[in-house]
Amino acid sequence: MLLYLLRRVLYAVPIALSVSLVCFMLVHIAPGDPINAIVPPDAPADVVEQVRKAYGLDKPLPVQFAIWLGHVVTGDLGRSLATGRQIWPDLASALVNTLILAVVAATMGFVGGCLLGCLAASFIGTWVDRAAVGVAVAGVSVPHYWLGMVLVIIFSVTLNWLPAMGSGPDGSGAFGLDWAHLRHLVLPALTLCVIPMGIVTRAVRGIVAEILNQDFITTLRGKGLRRPGVLLHVIKNAAPNTLAVMGLQLGYLMGGSILVETVFSWPGTGFLLNNAIFQRDIPVLQATILVLAMFFVVLNLGVDLLQTAIDPRIRRA
Amino acid sequence: MSASIALAVPRAAAPRTYWAGVRRRLGRDKVTLVCGTILLLMLLAIILAPSIAPHPPFQGSMLRRLKPIGFPGYPLGTDELGRDMLTRLIYGGRLSWIIGITPVAIGFFVGGLLGVTAGFVGGGVNMLIMRVTDVFYAFPSVLLAVAISGALGSGVSNAILALTLVFIPPIIRVSESVTTGVRNLDYVEAARSSGASALTIVRVHVLPNVLGPIFVYATGLISVSMILASGLSFLGLGTKPPEPEWGLMLNTLRSAIYTQPVVSVLPGVCIFVTSICFNLLSDGLRTAMDVRN
Repeated sequence: MLLYLLRRVLYAVPIALSVSLVCFMLVHIAPGDPINAIVPPDAPADVVEQVRKAYGLDKPLPVQFAIWLGHVVTGDLGRSLATGRQIWPDLASALVNTLILAVVAATMGFVGGCLLGCLAASFIGTWVDRAAVGVAVAGVSVPHYWLGMVLVIIFSVTLNWLPAMGSGPDGSGAFGLDWAHLRHLVLPALTLCVIPMGIVTRAVRGIVAEILNQDFITTLRGKGLRRPGVLLHVIKNAAPNTLAVMGLQLGYLMGGSILVETVFSWPGTGFLLNNAIFQRDIPVLQATILVLAMFFVVLNLGVDLLQTAIDPRIRRA
Repeated sequence: MSASIALAVPRAAAPRTYWAGVRRRLGRDKVTLVCGTILLLMLLAIILAPSIAPHPPFQGSMLRRLKPIGFPGYPLGTDELGRDMLTRLIYGGRLSWIIGITPVAIGFFVGGLLGVTAGFVGGGVNMLIMRVTDVFYAFPSVLLAVAISGALGSGVSNAILALTLVFIPPIIRVSESVTTGVRNLDYVEAARSSGASALTIVRVHVLPNVLGPIFVYATGLISVSMILASGLSFLGLGTKPPEPEWGLMLNTLRSAIYTQPVVSVLPGVCIFVTSICFNLLSDGLRTAMDVRN
């Protein structure tokens, strides 16, 4: 068990390194010399060379990667080309906002998905099952940026119940735990939760249906155990796989909220990415992608370890 | 593993009736038939766009901006520059479909080739291919697509390239696991021991048994790909105005949600319908071909 833990953690290291290599290469797959993003096109040649040296762009790529990695590991993500400011403080506050949105949306999606999935599995083959599966398919097929627009039209434009954009009443990026702030969260979270809901519904339906088919459930029913008791056994057996699906979904939400954040002007990482793309601010793009991907790597590791911990059937050596 | 067995058994038992069975099951599946028909009609409409579209796609008029649905001569209204919505939706399907389907099609060939190679050859080749795949798996798909096309800059070919890189890794994973399953079956062993070359085994025994599951899996990705493709254009990373494309149209119509809400969401309806039809079609194919993943 300990050996497995150690191996799994060590395995994440080369993945993390490769992920940072991909992020590093983002600057170099961008068309044109990266130096052009820093110096104006009419700069004299000797100034260009000077800047190239100052940024370390004259060194061979592997050396540049090593230097960049060294900076990243010590917490220095570089400076934005557009504002000249350190990237890290802006990224940190954006990350908090994205995390709030993702966690709320994930919770809503997971609760809804588990309920629908269990319902579908209990009444498999009936209209209840078909309706739940229909909702799930619609959830994974809907372009969520469009769903966001539709919700804005219904709840903001027509009914005027909820705000259409931003994360707070004063337009600041900070978040608070009062209704003035929370009402800004409702529509983006609702928009974002349909994807995990759809996927979790399908997964839970499959997992629970398979468990309900097994002999020990028949035995439990045969010995006279009531519904709640049987349900407890089902949950215990379904939990590890369900948790694995949910963990991945939380990661996808962190990375996938860019479109929804753009629709609602939610000041998170997606918004940051969107601005970075428009200003061709590649260092910000690179840093944001790197941090989100690392979060995903760590999350994957956590899910794996958690799954091993709670499922005694997985005896990994 | 179970997928390959499920495929192999009916084939071995009644070699001529497998596809007949698939056709019969598809014919009885009303949902799949309806979805297939809708998709075929859409495909026909976007191919025949120049002859069926009622107006030229780029011709606008300041006098008839944002007209409602049912406006005389403009059955679906007009957009923010006074161009006919129906025409733009028909033309917009062309790019949306191309950016949505091309990545999955390329991914099917490239990912399938790499995955089958990794699964069949095994050993170091498998190690190399699968570990590289793991790296791309470490990115959430939307993030990877946005990262690559964000770095490359906007443009249709960049969007297609970015999405292709997103869809190759999952197809590699599925192809590899299906192939590994088939490779260890008795009939492959029998072929090998009777002296068949590796190429013959792949052609005769492996490919016919793995292509079905890989194909079904790939069709399931088209739905996501359509959403992501239009999503990239929605972010301004796909095509550029005034080119009609559903995601881009949705973006430029965002300012119109206060004046003409119903018209402004129409491109999204097109994306939604296409995506859900591909999803259900893939589910239907999976059931009809008896692929269990």
